[in-house]
Formats: sequence, C-alpha cells, structure tokens
Amino acid sequence: MIRVVHYINQFFANVGGEEMAHIPAEVREGMLGPGLALQQAFKDEAEIVATIVCGDSYFNENMDEAKKTIIEMVKKYEPDLFIAGPAFNAGRYGVACGAIAKAVKDELNIPVLTGMFEENPGAEMFKNDIYIVATKNSAAGMRDAVKKMAPLALKLAKGEKIGASIEEGYLPNGKRVNFFEKEIGAKRAVDMLLAKLNNKEFQTEFPMPDFDRVAPNPAIKDITKAKIALVTSGGIVPKGNPDHIESSSASKYGKYDIDGVMDLTEETYQTAHGGYDPVYANLDPDRVLPVDILREFEKEGKIGSLHRYYYATVGNGTAVKNAKAFAEKFSKELVADGVDAVILTST
Amino acid sequence: MKLELGYIHIKDIQFSDVSKVENGILYVNKEEVKALILEDQNFQKADVDLAKPGESVRIMPVKDVIEPRVKVEGPGGVFPGMINKVETVGSGKTHVLKGAAVVTTGKIVGFQEGIIDMSGPGAEYTPFSKLNNLVIVCEPVEGLKQHEHEKALRFAGYKVAAYLGELARNLTPDEVEVFETPTLTEGLKMYPDLPRVAYVEMLQSQGLLHDTYVYGVDAKQILPTMIYPTEVMDGAIVSGNCVSACDKNTTYHHLNNPVIHELYKEHGKTLNFVGVIITNENVYLADKERSSNWSAKLAEFFGVDGVIVSEEGFGNPDTDLIMNCKKIEAKGIKTVLITDEYAGRDGTSQSLADADPSANAVVSGGNANEIIELPPMEKLIGHVEVADVIAGGFDGSLHEDGSITAELQVITGATNEMGFNTLSAR
Amino acid sequence: MVKEIERAGIPVVHMCTIVPISLTVGANRIVPTIAIPHPLGNPSLTLEEEKNIRRELLTRALKALETEVSEQTVFEK
Repeated sequence: MIRVVHYINQFFANVGGEEMAHIPAEVREGMLGPGLALQQAFKDEAEIVATIVCGDSYFNENMDEAKKTIIEMVKKYEPDLFIAGPAFNAGRYGVACGAIAKAVKDELNIPVLTGMFEENPGAEMFKNDIYIVATKNSAAGMRDAVKKMAPLALKLAKGEKIGASIEEGYLPNGKRVNFFEKEIGAKRAVDMLLAKLNNKEFQTEFPMPDFDRVAPNPAIKDITKAKIALVTSGGIVPKGNPDHIESSSASKYGKYDIDGVMDLTEETYQTAHGGYDPVYANLDPDRVLPVDILREFEKEGKIGSLHRYYYATVGNGTAVKNAKAFAEKFSKELVADGVDAVILTST
Repeated sequence: MKLELGYIHIKDIQFSDVSKVENGILYVNKEEVKALILEDQNFQKADVDLAKPGESVRIMPVKDVIEPRVKVEGPGGVFPGMINKVETVGSGKTHVLKGAAVVTTGKIVGFQEGIIDMSGPGAEYTPFSKLNNLVIVCEPVEGLKQHEHEKALRFAGYKVAAYLGELARNLTPDEVEVFETPTLTEGLKMYPDLPRVAYVEMLQSQGLLHDTYVYGVDAKQILPTMIYPTEVMDGAIVSGNCVSACDKNTTYHHLNNPVIHELYKEHGKTLNFVGVIITNENVYLADKERSSNWSAKLAEFFGVDGVIVSEEGFGNPDTDLIMNCKKIEAKGIKTVLITDEYAGRDGTSQSLADADPSANAVVSGGNANEIIELPPMEKLIGHVEVADVIAGGFDGSLHEDGSITAELQVITGATNEMGFNTLSAR
Repeated sequence: MVKEIERAGIPVVHMCTIVPISLTVGANRIVPTIAIPHPLGNPSLTLEEEKNIRRELLTRALKALETEVSEQTVFEK
C-alpha cells in the first residue's frame, strides 16, 4: 500500500477563513477535507496516513521555518508520496503548495504532486520543479482536479513513465514529451489557421519562450520634483466600495480622488480584498495604501506631489488578462496626467 | 489547373516472372529491376528485396522513399526535369500505386540517413512501415564521390518507381480523387467570401547533400516562386537529401504533401486555397533575408489572409522559418508554422534555434531527440553497422543482439514537418 | 499590472511581501514589505512606530525610483 501525506490550508481543513490564515502547521492523523475525495479515487492502492494543516499567511511569512517544521512532520510518517492542495486560484495557498512540495521532494526524495489554476502565482514559480495538475480557478473544480491528480499521483508513486502534459493533465513544465495526437499535423495546422483567421481561440503546440519582460525605465532624476501616483492591488476603496469591486476575481478597478485627503481612516476607507485578513487594513488603510506618509513627504518637499487620483483593484484570483487590461488603460491616464513615477502596493 | 489521381490500392507485393498488378497485388520481376539499376555504371552491384507491414524487418540506411506513379493523360511525365522532359505537369490524369513504395538503400551516402522498421515500436513512428516496399540495395563502385553517389541513388529510385508506376497505366483505379486550382481571378470570383490561404513550403537547400530539386533545378538556386499544388503530385519537387532522417521530406512526402491535401479538403468550404509558394533554406544570411522577403512579398501579392509554413530540417532553417513568419505576419497575414523540436534527450532544452513572439501558432511534429529503443529484427536490409554514425545514433547505439538505442532522429519521417504524422510533443 | 505601467514608460516600484511572486510577475524595482495583510504597517506596534516603518519603507521606495537598474532589483535596504 502506497503511503500518502497530504498538505492543505486552514480553509480546506475547515479551521477557518482569512482570520485563521496565521495558524502554524499541525498534523492530523488520516485524511481530511479534500483528502476524502482523493482517498476515494485511490481505492485500495494508496492510503492517506496523515494530513498537515497550515495557515496560508503563516506559511508565506515564515517560509523557511514552516518548511523545516513540515518536513519533520512528513518524515515521521515515512510516506511514498506527498500531495499538496489542490490550491485552485488561491495565490498564497498555491505558493505554499508549490514550495512545500518542492521542499519535500528535494529533502525527502519522494515523488510529490500538487494542483492549481494555471494563473496561480505558485504555478509559474514551481511548475518546472514539480508536477502541478492544472485545475479550474475555484474549489468548484475539486472533482475534476481529483480525477486528474489521483491517477497521476499513483503513477508517480509507482515510478511509471509520465506522459506528455496534455495527456496527464499537468501544467507544461518546460520538459517536452512526445505523444501521438488524434489528427495528423497538417490537419491540426489547417484547423489552427482557420481558428486564427476567424479570431477564435487556438492553442499553439509550442509556445515561444517567454518574451514578456519589460525593460526598466530610467530612474527619476529629481524625486523632489516628481509627481507620484499610488496604485494598489490590495483593494483599498472608499468606505462602502462604491464601484462594487469584487472581493476576488475582480472584473474592474476603481479610480479615486484623494484631493485634500491627508490620512486614510477606518471611517472613510476600507479594503475590498477577500484574499487576506481585512481587519488590519480596515482599521488603518494606510497600512496598504500609505497616503498619510506620502502627504507628509509632499509637505516636507521629499517628493514633488502626490497625484490627485489613485487606482485600486483586488489582486485576489484576478485573471492576469484582466489585471493587464486594467493597467493598460489606467497607465495611459497616468501618462496623460503627467505622472512621473508610480508606487504599486500589493498584499 | 486540374488533376485527377486514380488510386490502385496495393495490398501485397511479391516477386514473380512478370511485373504486373493483379487483384491489388504488385508482382515484381527482380531481374528486370536489377538490370534497370545497373544501367548506371556507378553501381557495381544491385539487390532487390521486399519489406511488408508487420514483418520483422529493418531497413537501413534509408535514403529516399518514392511512390510509384504514372501520367496517363495530360502533358509531361512524372519527375519532370529528372527522368522526364521539363514539361509543366499537374494536369490530366495520374495513376498511383497506393500502398506501395520504392525504398533506396545501400552503402551510406552521407552521415544522415535513416531507419525503417516494419514492426515493433519503431514502426509506429514511420509511415513507411505501413507500405508494401520494394527495397533496392545499390552498392556503388569503389571511389565514387559522395555527390555522384547521391545522384546515382536518387535516379535509381525514380527509375524503379517509374517502372512500377508504368504497370498501372492501363488499370482501372479503385478510387479517384480530383484536385483543381483555379487562377487567382477565377478563385476570387468563385469564393468571394472565403479567406484566401496559401501554403509556403520551405525546401531544404543547405547543400552538402542537403538538397531538393524543382523541375530538375537545385532549390538553392531558385528565388521563391509559386507552383500549382497539383504539379507537386506529379513529382515536380523531389528529394535529394541526406539530412537527418526524421524531418527530411522524402520524395514520397512531396508527392503526398499532407498540407496540400488538407487544404484541398477545405477548399471552397471554409477557405480558398490559392496555391503553393516554394522557398528555400540556404546557408548565407543574405540568401535567407532575400528568400524570406520574397515569400512574404508573394503572399502579399496573392492577397492571402493566411498561410501555413512548413519547415524542412532543423538548426539554421529555424531562422528561415522565423524570418518567413515575422515578415509574413508583418504584412497582416496570419501564419501557422509546422516544425519539429530538438529539445534534448530529456526534453528540457530550447526546442528551436530561433524564436519570435509573432510565431504564436505552431504545430509540433515531436521532439527528435527523445530516445527510442529498437529491438532486434529477424531480417536486415542494408547495412546495420551504420547505426553508430547516422544522425541521432551515437557510439554504442548498436547493441550486440542487434537492438538499437538512439534518438528518434534516426527514424525516417518520424517528426515530419509537413505534418504527415500524428506525433507531437508538449 | 506592474509590467503594464512600466511598459507605458513610467518607472514603478512594487512594494509587496511575497518577493518571489513579484519577480515572477516581472517587476523591475521591488521593495519587500512587512506582511500580506499589512504590507506597510505592523499592528503589534504603536501607531507612531508603525508610521516610522512606513516612512522607512517609502523612503526606500523613493530611493529605488531614483536608482538606475538594468535588471530586476530587490531593494532590501
């Protein structure tokens, strides 16, 4: 019987939401939460012997320590396989799953597997180090995720040959693997061209290497004369969230006038972000969007001026495509308004 | 231009006193074929063998594969400029021995020739394992220079293929397919609302036995030009290649160019297939620039909305591929590229030698570096000892029991960049 | 977002806690911050102490904007 240790966060362990994201790692015997579905899919071939639960914020803020503790916990159970998540599009959970799975693989030398949405930052960070099954962007995709993760996990544990990403369902990991398609290449090419001609979606079989790096702009010569704008993905909005920016998977951003606003207070501003514990940001929104100090700098002549408007969205599970589109749009305004530099804060 | 292809389905191949086709069986008089080969004094010895699907047979080193065809109506003969006069082919009627092929082998010409296994894991990667093959083993006279050897073997293949094709001249085809390409203006009137599509076919022309011929002209001496798709079906383009076996286009590939066939299938329905632009892959940068400028210019001139570009070979031709893509896309014409990959044995290296963001629609024929194990075969045709030296092989590729461990590169047609196969990579 | 701002020609400093994500996303000037729920503050301190932290981090951000960089740079100090 293949022995499995499973890693999940506080939310999937039913410990609590963001308010419990600070809890350190702890071990539970047997399976828990999503482990039940995994266990069912394993049938008699594997057994989840223990589940490790850790708060997302705790893991990310204390990564080295968390990794060390968890590895010790895993070791005790002498597993043949380690599974983390799936994390879907939860950013910190994804990073935690990727980081701990990689650490277990490196330290304990056993096969590991996790799952997450392709746009989860954890995917980009770890997909070349470990197998990450591609999941949908929310926990509604649990069944689908388990259906792909369980067979791949068993294959890994048994040391069987792993097929191409498209066959096994893992995210492309920079390792090209041959397989036989249903159609011949020429037919695929004609289909792809027809899709491209008709502006329909198509998927290249070989993505070009990532070119999407933007060269840094020249430095600001004299910051004391510069007009500086604030932008945040931390969801700081006027109290009541007038634009109804979604707490996750935001489809819009807000542009807010802070003319004459010297300090952001509990009474006037709040966060719309649903991906972190909002208590601290709500008590003092300057902790995310530091208007108070920048006003001070403005008065002291350390900066030229603080731009009249700030832009805010919620970076929680928001599609990269959306975020890119938002920024493309408001950057044009920033340029038109003569903004010299931007401070972008993220949570 | 309109061509009717009449297919005579070949289910089996056998030696016999008289060469003929009867009830789907291709009978071959061995001595006549040998005599035909030995007309060329560059060969001191010739042998003829059979290799059928499912047999425990390995053929190596394979130089070319050719499908037997014969022109029964219309101007010219097959392989114009090579074994027939330079007459414009591609119209009238042509008969095809579908399911049969001539495979040329013998002492190695260059380092880069391939393997065809008729059964086992290797057979899955080559389309030629599904054919009834007449294998001609031609041994050159001592001291024959490489270029002359290549040419002699190339011509031997055409001659034997034409000899077999001739057997189909008076037969009634089992199946007929008609291909027609109107002139530009006619096409525009016929399909005013369909997107116009051309096929940009890149021909290997790096020299040093890496050559392709168009109506007898060495492709490195051409400027990109247009050709009717049906001309290609009559053998206007032939292979003179001794490059890596997996992604060289054999003459069989040219005759049965899958991009042309797939585009014809959609012609008049979802797209208007305007024609084929042929271009080359030369070794000088100026040539690459000029040829890619020209192929883009032709695509623009034909007023197409989209093109499919197929590569041949790898390495510096990747630059030609990307140049074609960039320059054609820059004219607002959408491109899809067909290539294969050299991602290393572990699949982690950069697959192409060149890249560009405009190449956002790529079809892959698979990673040619992936290692494959070929078990021993009962019968070998050709020379097995070349396993260690052909491209994709390495020291120790050939094991004592006759099995071979090598890169997929060694298998003829395995990662074909015309999209002949289902193999791909992710 | 950070890349699009940069692409528009405006120098931008990214202040965030999870630096590896920022690096993956493609920010060029990065200032590491305190914690996810309160990047520019620390509720366990007094308000005045918090402001000092914020001053210090923002001063670092300004310095980052004044510094020529040729590749992704994390401003630790």
